[in-house]
Amino acid sequence: MSEAKTSEPLFSKKNVALIKNPLNKINPVTIQVLGICSALAVTVQMDNAIVMSVAVMAVLVLGNLIVSLMRNMIPGKIRIIVQLVIVAGLVIIVDQVLKAYVYDVSKKLSVFVGLIITNCIIMGRLEAFALGNKPWASILDGVGNGFGYGLVLVIVAFFKELFGSGALTIPGFEKFEIFGNATDMTGLYSMGYMDNGLMLLPPSSLFIVGIYIWVQKYRNPDLIES
Amino acid sequence: MAINRDSNVYTIVFATIMVIVVGGILAFLSMSLKPMQQANVTNEKMQNILQSIGIEETDGVTRQEAGAKFNEFVKRRVTIDFGGNIVSDKTAAYTEADRADKLDAFNINLRKEYSRFVKPIMNQHKGDAAAIEAALKASKDVHFPIFVCESNGETFYVLSASGKGLWDDIWGYIGVKADATTINGTVFDHKGETPGLGSKITEDWFQNQFIDKSIVEGEAFSPIEVLKPGKEKNNHQVDGISGATFTGVGVDEMLERNMSVYYNFFKTNKEF
Repeated sequence: MSEAKTSEPLFSKKNVALIKNPLNKINPVTIQVLGICSALAVTVQMDNAIVMSVAVMAVLVLGNLIVSLMRNMIPGKIRIIVQLVIVAGLVIIVDQVLKAYVYDVSKKLSVFVGLIITNCIIMGRLEAFALGNKPWASILDGVGNGFGYGLVLVIVAFFKELFGSGALTIPGFEKFEIFGNATDMTGLYSMGYMDNGLMLLPPSSLFIVGIYIWVQKYRNPDLIES
Repeated sequence: MAINRDSNVYTIVFATIMVIVVGGILAFLSMSLKPMQQANVTNEKMQNILQSIGIEETDGVTRQEAGAKFNEFVKRRVTIDFGGNIVSDKTAAYTEADRADKLDAFNINLRKEYSRFVKPIMNQHKGDAAAIEAALKASKDVHFPIFVCESNGETFYVLSASGKGLWDDIWGYIGVKADATTINGTVFDHKGETPGLGSKITEDWFQNQFIDKSIVEGEAFSPIEVLKPGKEKNNHQVDGISGATFTGVGVDEMLERNMSVYYNFFKTNKEF
């Protein structure tokens, strides 16, 4: 394929920007406003958010790579359908593998794995980037956008879980009960603190994403539209 | 290249090849991972049944150990219908060969039966309890498994229930003591209850509330009720979850509907 003759170093300035920009300036969730749906739904617990981010990133990287490799073969008329088939195929593979090897995680994510298919970030990046760029750049774009998505998800989940359940769950570790245990009335709960039930429901993600965008734009004035 | 990528022929050929390739890959993957996925599901069910007995020996059993431990504790698997007639009764250990037997208590898929047979009947005769009961009694598709477990000379029965929470199915296993009325342990699970709210039915503090509660008052059936949290409770009531009223209502309904069948069965089959 074409990458053999590239003289560009693997991590040239342009390529590093592909990873760095989605974290901030062109963040898929807060700036491109893609993938908001899952940012609302799978952010109740940290571990779900992290696993979801990894799954989305895997699908995004592989999808970007495959579409980029096939970009000169895909017929223009049915390119969206082709992309959809590739993404759907990858998501089913991820789902099946999770079910076989990490059953507990697959149970936790349940329908959300299937919903990766409809995650707008993936179709958006395939259509906007992979279809017109070389495989290596497409992989980096996938990694960057996957991280950008994961960053927002994890930050939202952090606040939602902390104030909604008073705890943080990190995969591979026990649950960290930051505010104490509500059933045993320890820690903050013994002083009359109560969890905020709203934080567990989807609307609270909107508040947090809103505040996130506010902070982000405050720190990057060039992002503010005149 | 000479191929015209905009031609209809190219498009159709491309689509055909793509569908065949992708379909082939997925079919292969699904077939090769199926045994592992099935084993996971089977082991989880065994784990749930063992945990619901409510004895120390099976309390912390992991999914991997469940397969081996299941036959050690579960001595008999019985399936009854709504009217209390025994349709399957097995005392041999559960093996791969039993997987094909649809009436084996372990293979009864309560969730499927609930959504496919029980729910339509309940919707059809909405509010008419007698008609619902008659229709359920007449149905050949509604079954209730009983797992007879033994530990240190004591007998326990593990019963199952399934129903509907706020968003989707909920189900559970209820371990009762030899008198078939005192609860010794429960395990609940759900498909899609709200994380952090309804999903708390899977947590220990909720499940442990049921221990030592009774489903009988005097001579009559008295289902376990799920109340709003913080109220005075008698021997048939447990605290619900704040913010998850409808999941609680679902658990309540599910227990009443399923446990009454078991209650009637054990009442008429005392020697069982």
